[in-house]
Amino acid sequence: MKRILLLLLLSVSVTPAWALTPEEKGLEIAKNADLRDSGWGDQKQTLEMVLRNKQGQESRRQIRGRSLEVTGDGDKSMSIFDSPADVKGTAFLSFTHVNKPDDQWLYLPALKRVKRIASKNKSGPFMGSEFAFEDMSSQEVDKYTYKWLRDETLDGKEVYVIERIPVDKNSGYTRQIVWLDKEIDQPLKVEFYDRKDSLLKTLVPSDYKEYLGKYWRPGQMMMNNHQNGKSTLLIFSEYSFNNGFTDRDFDQNSLKRAR
Amino acid sequence: MGKLLQLTAAVLLIVSSPAQSVDWRGNVTVQERLFFKPPIDPRQHGDNFSVAAQAEMYHEWDDGKQNISFIPFARLDQGDDQRTHADIRELSWSYIARDYEWTIGFSKVFWGVTEAQHLVDIINQTDQVEDFDQEEKLGQQMAKLSLIRDWGTVDLFVLPGFRERTFPGVEGRPRVIPRVEKNLTSYESSQEDKHVDLAARWSHAIGDMDIGLSWFHGTSRLPILTPAQYNGEIVLAPFYQIIDQAGLDMQLTRGSWLWKLEAINLDGNYVKYKRATGGFEYTFYGIANTAADLGLVMEYLYDSRGELATTPFEDDFLTGLRLTLNDAQSTDALLGVIKDRDNSSYLFSLEANRRIGDSWKLSIQANKFLADGLDQSLKSFAEDDYLQIELGYYF
Repeated sequence: MKRILLLLLLSVSVTPAWALTPEEKGLEIAKNADLRDSGWGDQKQTLEMVLRNKQGQESRRQIRGRSLEVTGDGDKSMSIFDSPADVKGTAFLSFTHVNKPDDQWLYLPALKRVKRIASKNKSGPFMGSEFAFEDMSSQEVDKYTYKWLRDETLDGKEVYVIERIPVDKNSGYTRQIVWLDKEIDQPLKVEFYDRKDSLLKTLVPSDYKEYLGKYWRPGQMMMNNHQNGKSTLLIFSEYSFNNGFTDRDFDQNSLKRAR
Repeated sequence: MGKLLQLTAAVLLIVSSPAQSVDWRGNVTVQERLFFKPPIDPRQHGDNFSVAAQAEMYHEWDDGKQNISFIPFARLDQGDDQRTHADIRELSWSYIARDYEWTIGFSKVFWGVTEAQHLVDIINQTDQVEDFDQEEKLGQQMAKLSLIRDWGTVDLFVLPGFRERTFPGVEGRPRVIPRVEKNLTSYESSQEDKHVDLAARWSHAIGDMDIGLSWFHGTSRLPILTPAQYNGEIVLAPFYQIIDQAGLDMQLTRGSWLWKLEAINLDGNYVKYKRATGGFEYTFYGIANTAADLGLVMEYLYDSRGELATTPFEDDFLTGLRLTLNDAQSTDALLGVIKDRDNSSYLFSLEANRRIGDSWKLSIQANKFLADGLDQSLKSFAEDDYLQIELGYYF
């Protein structure tokens, strides 16, 4: 029996790419990228958000984030706001799920109140930025269906170009086009198409660095909204892994203590 | 008070030592209230200016397992000497272990889910001079042990001593008429404000349901007010009975719906009643092709005492609209109307907030009272419609 299984596995892995449909190939690429990025366990980082409006006026937010990898479901994450000063100490806890709505809680320090909030609003802006909640939450394979479009070169890098369609009908997008770096299996560009299927936003992650000899993380992510002329730049720093986080660091008690 | 000063000094020593990393924050807020009609009681003030400040010092050590939090608050009020007050909102030490947490000192705890009123929330006394919406609380001395288990969190409280509710003074506005005289405060317990209260709460999130069950034994946070003579004036005397209060709070979060319920059973030798608030909040996301959300809040407020209730909300409906622009300035507005089902008593309130630059926040609040029938507590406010403009600096 074991030998048959092995044979089966072998036969799957040696199936040449040209025999796959574009949908199968797209899914395979997404699964590979996901597999390559699994096993990181936990991570924390600091994040600066630079919001720019049409006139070029800037406002900045400082956010510390930490997340815990959950096998077989979406990840757990907590964001703690350090600025602007009037929301300092506000914290956001999210349990991402693949097949059901995410669980989300918001902590309001002035009232010491934890509020469970509705997660249906995936397309709503995160902290007044051009990033939607669904752009900020953990990317899971089962959240989309895929279609490989073509291979090409982007800024001198070999990429797969894949179309992915959100499964969740509450998503703000009809589809996304992803330029995935073949070498590091990370996106170099993502185009987001709104519900009317017109181009809404373009995301360009850059300055990738490798951590733990395996996991690639961006130093910056630039989101341009083509429809309202606004943009948001995320600047990541102080990535740290193996922090020893457990579920206990992602519960309502730790949310109340988050500083 | 001497002990408090010693503790404060100790905290100041710790937080001021340069080797330690201390997290500082705070705010200063100026506030102007504009009234539209002369007061019922001619001694009450007219338009009123007020300034408040709050600082927060936080220090953690032992790899985040221990921390000290210190939050002093003070307000200077132009018209009401009772509203000019200071309080230690927090001065506490916490120890955090893997499956339990200790907090000892003055601290603040919030329980509950509904918007119209907070019935279950009983640990901290209301700082009622701050705002008649009763959202502001006084620091409460406590020893709190939280046990964190797979089946939920159990919080156990020993509360050594009681804080009297603050009430607006003679000049205060809005306030009940006749006014509350704190010098006539009395207690059921012979230990008065030294009675040691006990409380416990179990809370848990089960799927899309958040649920809490609580129990409290001790001095009622809400006094019974009875008319009395004081220097030839008719006033209200606060009497604090000993109560047992059982509470339930739950919220079901499903799609765009939040279903909420809070219920209490209060049992005392002098007054006993059941109260509940229940309803929903439904949010329309991204209205009119913008990033803005519009939420509809509806809650029913029940009190088993009916029209004899000492609070104005015994058979009332709250209808509210919450607008959130989701913009860079975090602009939001909340319009609420509480209406009695049997008569035409209304309470309108509108509150709007917007950040200005990085460090300032502008808040505008408007309240209108329309009293009818037996709602004596609302009738006091009949001439007290006001507009409040607040500008806060945050650092």
